[in-house]
Amino acid sequence: MSSKALDYESLNENVKKVQYAVRGELYLRASELEKEGKKIIFTNVGNPHALGQKPLTFPRQVVALCQAPFLLDDSNVSLLFPADAIARAKHYLSYTSGGLGAYSDSRGLLEIRKEVADFIGRRDGYPSDPELIYLTDGASKGVMQLLNAIIRGEGDGILVPVPQYPLYSAAIALFGGSFVPYYLEETANWGLSAADLGQSVAQARAKGITVRAMVIINPGNPTGQCLSEANLRDVLQFCYQENLVLLGDEVYQQNIYQDERPFISAKKVLMDMGGPISRELQLVSFHTVSKGYWGECGQRGGYFEMTNIPSRSVEEIYKVASISLSPNVPAQIFMGLMVNPPKPGDISYDQFVRESKGILESLRRRARIMTDGFNSCMNVVCNFTEGAMYSFPQIRLPPRAIEDAKKAGKAADVFYCLKLLEATGISTVPGSGFGQKEGVFHLRTTILPAEEDMLEIMESFKKFNNEFMEQYEDHPGYPRM
Amino acid sequence: MDPTPLTVDTINPKVLKCEYAVRGEVVTIAQRLQQELKDKPGSHPFDEILYCNIGNPQSLGQLPITFFREVLALCDHPSLLDKSETSGLFSVDSIERAWKILDQIPGRATGAYSHSQGISGLRDAIASGIEARDGFPSDPNDIFLTDGASPAVHMMMQLLIRSESDGILCPIPQYPLYSASIALHGGTLVPYYLDEATGWGLEVSELKKQLDSAKSNGVSVRALVVINPGNPTGQVLSEENQRQIVEFCKKEGLVLLADEVYQENIYVPEKQFHSFKKVARSMGYGQEDIALVSFQSVSKGYYGECGKRGGYMEVTGFAANIREQIYKVSSVNLCSNISGQILASLVMNPPKIGDESYQSYCAERDGILSSLARRAKILEDAFNSLEGVTCNKAEGAMYLFPRIRLPRKAIKAAGAANTAPDAFYCKRLLNATGVVVVPGSGFGQVPETWHFRCTILPQEDKIPAVASRLTEFHKGFMDEFRD
Repeated sequence: MSSKALDYESLNENVKKVQYAVRGELYLRASELEKEGKKIIFTNVGNPHALGQKPLTFPRQVVALCQAPFLLDDSNVSLLFPADAIARAKHYLSYTSGGLGAYSDSRGLLEIRKEVADFIGRRDGYPSDPELIYLTDGASKGVMQLLNAIIRGEGDGILVPVPQYPLYSAAIALFGGSFVPYYLEETANWGLSAADLGQSVAQARAKGITVRAMVIINPGNPTGQCLSEANLRDVLQFCYQENLVLLGDEVYQQNIYQDERPFISAKKVLMDMGGPISRELQLVSFHTVSKGYWGECGQRGGYFEMTNIPSRSVEEIYKVASISLSPNVPAQIFMGLMVNPPKPGDISYDQFVRESKGILESLRRRARIMTDGFNSCMNVVCNFTEGAMYSFPQIRLPPRAIEDAKKAGKAADVFYCLKLLEATGISTVPGSGFGQKEGVFHLRTTILPAEEDMLEIMESFKKFNNEFMEQYEDHPGYPRM
Repeated sequence: MDPTPLTVDTINPKVLKCEYAVRGEVVTIAQRLQQELKDKPGSHPFDEILYCNIGNPQSLGQLPITFFREVLALCDHPSLLDKSETSGLFSVDSIERAWKILDQIPGRATGAYSHSQGISGLRDAIASGIEARDGFPSDPNDIFLTDGASPAVHMMMQLLIRSESDGILCPIPQYPLYSASIALHGGTLVPYYLDEATGWGLEVSELKKQLDSAKSNGVSVRALVVINPGNPTGQVLSEENQRQIVEFCKKEGLVLLADEVYQENIYVPEKQFHSFKKVARSMGYGQEDIALVSFQSVSKGYYGECGKRGGYMEVTGFAANIREQIYKVSSVNLCSNISGQILASLVMNPPKIGDESYQSYCAERDGILSSLARRAKILEDAFNSLEGVTCNKAEGAMYLFPRIRLPRKAIKAAGAANTAPDAFYCKRLLNATGVVVVPGSGFGQVPETWHFRCTILPQEDKIPAVASRLTEFHKGFMDEFRD
């Protein structure tokens, strides 16, 4: 009888179309192997704390105090918590009516949205309106809310970079829209060009698709490139002339590992461009507590900021947010602390800076170690991880390997990654999970394993890769790519 | 040139269509009044706005359960467990429980994304809790931890609704998450009416009638939503009633969506909560017989932890290939917030006899529940004493849903103000007393009947004032509009 109630055939087709490789086949296989006792190094998802990165001390102190306010009444609390954490906790609790356990405003606590607005103002040099900032249970929920508002049906297309973080393709599939790819050029450091964008849009329109929005991920995921100011201007100009909403995924803005292209927000560039575009171009920018040097993925904290979205549309977006009542309050506090961290002179400042710098400097070193490690393999070419948390090496696979993969019913990069997993315990995500040009293969790994483990991991990879190439390459001593 | 990308003309029409009155128009007005009071004290005939629109206990003074918060604080900042001073500030069993939980989290990393269904050890604990509650086993692999029960409901609607030809049977009155979610996912809400005259009774004959009517209109009905205890109606189903419902779903091939978030809010000795899973299993029905999704939350009960966004759904009777799809959709969001997951496991596994915190936990829990029962009764009596107002008992949940019989003059005045009559009443009530309630039209009601939903949550010492302000307002209103 239950087969009548809900069988596979009668499921919403859109759900069936969804793919999310980050926790797909490779991850499931890795989890199986782990249960069987194999040591697995999970580099499939940007999850720093799972690979040993420690949480920053100060925010955990503040949130713990907010969680258990009776501590604040205890005279011994100062034995366990520094005075500035205690003060901050009291401060945040005063913003709530009922502490962490009450639904807040559906947009998030106003005072925290003000902190976010102040942060944006300091970062960009332009004011930001707290009423247009919505805190969400992670940036992903915000992305989904916006895409759901935009997509009316399969006639609506969203321009998404390829390779992309597959939240975008998954959400577009779920909401019944059309995925309109624009290809990043690997040989040009994963650059994008307005000409390419124009071509993608023209092709979509020729198929009868109305292109509604464009996604940029800056710094890129999985590609890591940091967009230049000129690039951002081109993108903004393009969206303006094609009438697209720009969705700026900026969750990795704190993760920058080179100095030539520091992070610059799409909003800042837009405002710098002046009117009329700065008053008319519709932009939604996303940020999170999951990445950066905070890495607080498990809290599920994020926000989006709306620029030039008409007030009636904002009302509708508010309405949908209100159905879920409110984002989780502890994560809102993490967000407040992230945008308004300890300042010079605060008791916890030195420790906070030491912990933060330690993480960022180590990430920068690991980005380099990994890129160089991959590039030392003859069949691998890897663009430098300029930002974000990933390495996305291109791996040339010999024809016989591709054949064997086909026989096994797998895409070539999936085949390779499964073998890598079985041999080394390194759990990556095949490039096909992010999109890539036909016949070109990649894998995505994170740069997050502990620094002391990095060399061993790269050695392990190289050993596997050499053996794989020995097995499948027709001409040993294969030429460098 | 296409119209500007995101305007009300180009926004997804399903977004336009959905409504959610719990934080709708009346609440927006209330927020404005609250700001006016702040800027100009004395500018209104009341000192404060009393939000009785939303089941948000801690915002109105209810205190959290100490044991739960102790454990959560320790899990938020595990290095506390390494300090000797901690034992002076935290109970022994909260420290033990925190250790136990942290040992179930790889690397004790509460800041890491977990398994997309939630941390495995916590799901084990929840499954044990379900088994202890029901007397029937629960599989941790059937449990999906979510950011509150609402996202789980959305996920099921997404799965079930292919087009507007797919219908979901929903009670009228209902908690408008259901109508909103169905609209957002492009489906059709198939209403079944609860009978106000019989304490909001749910008749299977009514279910059948509405099902057949929908079918004849070309709607494929996929599921039945039952909210037990009811929201906004507060009735607790009898076991016999529940058996009939299970039988009905089995017979008609419907997925049973059991919203059981108020399972710990029961205020009358003659009723008890029985989960639909327990009822189905006691009837001898297993996974092959009935597809059942049960929703629970940390937001209600006696814990009232709305702001944490914790909850789960237990999914039983679905084939493996469907569960894979549910897992897949869950994985796109990676996981629910860890603190909420931990709290869900605590709610389903509170302190037991012999634990250091047991007595204080019981005192806190019973204090809250008995107070809720008293407040429910006082307000119910107050409403019933008003002219033209009848109010069914709140056997459970957190709300009263009185029916107001509005005089014709009031209905006309509402029409002139371009407002539904119950919204007109609620706005007048707000402006006169500062009390915020939600018009019945936000929940659905038999046409030409009017209601509003009021929570029982203001602190006990405020209840007499709420009751008297309401009484005074109502008298004035009737004096103005009486036929």
